[in-house]
Amino acid sequence: MSSLFSSLKMMTKGAMRCVLITNHLKFFETIGNFQLLQVTVRDALNQAMDEELERDERVFLLGEEVAQYDGAYKVSRGLWKKYGDKRIIDTPISEMGFAGIAVGAAMAGLRPICEFMTFNFSMQAIDQVINSAAKTCYMSAGLQAVPIVFRGPNGASAGVAAQHSQCFAAWYGHCPGLKVVSPWNSEDARGLLKSAIRDDNPVVVLENELMYGVAFEVSEQGLSKDFTIPIGKAKVERPGNHVTLVSHSRMVGHCLDAAAVLAKEGIECEVINLRTIRPLDVETIEASVVKTNHLITVEGGWPQFGVGAEICARIMEGPAFNYLDAPVIRVTGVDIPMPYAKILEDNSTPQIKDIIFSVKKTLNM
Amino acid sequence: VLKLLLSKSEKNAGFADSPSVSAISIVFNLLLCTHPFKKCELHRLDQGPPTQALLTREQGLKYYRTMQTMRRMELKADQLYKQKIIRGFCHLYDGQEACAVGIEAGINPSDHLITAYRAHGYTYTRGVSVKEILAELTGRRGGVAKGKGGSMHMYAKHFYGGNGIVGAQVPLGAGLALACQYKGNNEVCVTLYGDGAANQGQIFESFNMAALWKLPCIFICENNKYGMGTSVERASASTDYFKRGDFIPGLKVDGMDVLTVREATKFAADYCRSGKGPILMELETYRYHGHSMSDPGVSYRTREEIQEVRSKSDPISMLKDRMISNNMASLEEIKEIDVEIRKEIEEAAQFLCNHIFYNEPPMEVRGTNPWSKLKSIS
Repeated sequence: MSSLFSSLKMMTKGAMRCVLITNHLKFFETIGNFQLLQVTVRDALNQAMDEELERDERVFLLGEEVAQYDGAYKVSRGLWKKYGDKRIIDTPISEMGFAGIAVGAAMAGLRPICEFMTFNFSMQAIDQVINSAAKTCYMSAGLQAVPIVFRGPNGASAGVAAQHSQCFAAWYGHCPGLKVVSPWNSEDARGLLKSAIRDDNPVVVLENELMYGVAFEVSEQGLSKDFTIPIGKAKVERPGNHVTLVSHSRMVGHCLDAAAVLAKEGIECEVINLRTIRPLDVETIEASVVKTNHLITVEGGWPQFGVGAEICARIMEGPAFNYLDAPVIRVTGVDIPMPYAKILEDNSTPQIKDIIFSVKKTLNM
Repeated sequence: VLKLLLSKSEKNAGFADSPSVSAISIVFNLLLCTHPFKKCELHRLDQGPPTQALLTREQGLKYYRTMQTMRRMELKADQLYKQKIIRGFCHLYDGQEACAVGIEAGINPSDHLITAYRAHGYTYTRGVSVKEILAELTGRRGGVAKGKGGSMHMYAKHFYGGNGIVGAQVPLGAGLALACQYKGNNEVCVTLYGDGAANQGQIFESFNMAALWKLPCIFICENNKYGMGTSVERASASTDYFKRGDFIPGLKVDGMDVLTVREATKFAADYCRSGKGPILMELETYRYHGHSMSDPGVSYRTREEIQEVRSKSDPISMLKDRMISNNMASLEEIKEIDVEIRKEIEEAAQFLCNHIFYNEPPMEVRGTNPWSKLKSIS
């Protein structure tokens, strides 16, 4: 309770009012004022799970340290205390085993949320995710649904080195039968996780550990219990005319920062937040390319067979190809296992200067 | 007195099916099994399943019919595969019928069951028709998965396949059991795997969690002595599969005797339903075919071995002999059933000429030459 309180700041237009907010109290609206709340991504995910657990008794959470430890990254803080052993289950360190158990429970009609402490560990269980979960609806010709959510932090963190820094967007995005979402901000996190839990298909939710502690303004609508974001729809975070930047997860923030710098030089970037990796919203990207004629993809993962590579191929195959004034540029993580030393790590993932450099390159400046 | 009554009993075909039978007739139609079961070896259990069972004529005929249907269906699949009408993988279950039928007899239709890829038998016992199974195997729209699954991916209510990845179905089964516990519906989940899969790490992960959380899961190892081409001695440091659950109690059961399997399954199901947690059963059984249709099955075992099992321990023959020697059915009756089943399977395998007309009785269709006569069913 106190932890949530400490991470909230009320902002009202003109009014000098402070309202105590906890997970349990309702949000009280000040009449006539438009209110926004600062919510961290962590709390957004926490609230989303809390609300869905309350809404549907078939929903439950399992994973390592999700219950009594409050979550390895505290994303499930308070849930075990509220819902108990039956709904929030601590598992032994057996990824393949508990992922399979979660899939089996989903086949029997429950709606599990299976947490991987990081998606690096999901490799141990990837057979259950792909062969047991993703393909089953198809193999059974629609007889057997698997309404499961696999979630956890994905991609680079800080100083955790090669075995703990891989981005799995491309691997999971490759497979038919899976839906894959990658939220950036708190609103994304809330809306996409709620949609994922309510979806009757297996959904992989790729969170980002470095984003957990970042607070964003969330509108009142975004805080409502039934707020969902449709899976498969990208969002234009910032309109612009000169170049399109497409990204997902943490890199969206980098794109917006780069856009702010470039705006001072008169270059207006349109920043698209993919939100969903699979199914990919190509239409939104195409509409933007038709307008700007220049496209840059930005991702944290490796270049070969990556999200950017897929976007390049799709654009080339579609009508927007004829509107390109230059080849699509991919800004990606460096094609190496992630090093440990800070200076090496910093230079292994896209930085704002890399995006700015690429924009100027494509605009021939 | 019982023996006297039994020796005087006559088979009455329609009589056995009539629901309102008098007390004396029940005696005529019941049999207290006089063959002792092979006693089950136990692991961490003080007592095992009963060593005797009650078999009624009705039950006996039902088990016989089911096993024989499965046998003929698998042999038909063998034929169709050789004609290249079935493609890809085809793992046949003949020889192991007593396992599927015995297990089904020991659980309720509302219980859950999941197995690996040698699944045609279980697909049948869990309620899918032979027609739908053969249609699925031959990739037709009328198949249980509309032709999109094939041999290893057939599903039904409370039957979760048919799974292609060795061992992956075991955590799934533990998850199904978790759902039973979560919903509090007193159902159990039967989770099957083979002697080859028994060495998969994820199975031990499942054992741990199932025991930790007392999941109502009956783990069953169908030990047919060969994991593909590797005999159990060459694959496992310990071939006591019923003990490999370590902290999970286990029992070893003769998988060629349908009654033993039934009683052991009932015992296991009661154990789970009472909330004591999971239990492990090893069924000793044998497959006549090779691992799959691409394996002749004789490079790693002798024809003599196969022949010996066929002559001494065939599950269908054993049940037939038991019923005949106890005057529960006559040889003619059994032969009639055999003929009926053969016909049924043949009809189910007819695809080429079906559906010429809607809702018409079967008719004859000329094939490509005057001697080729095919059958069309609506």
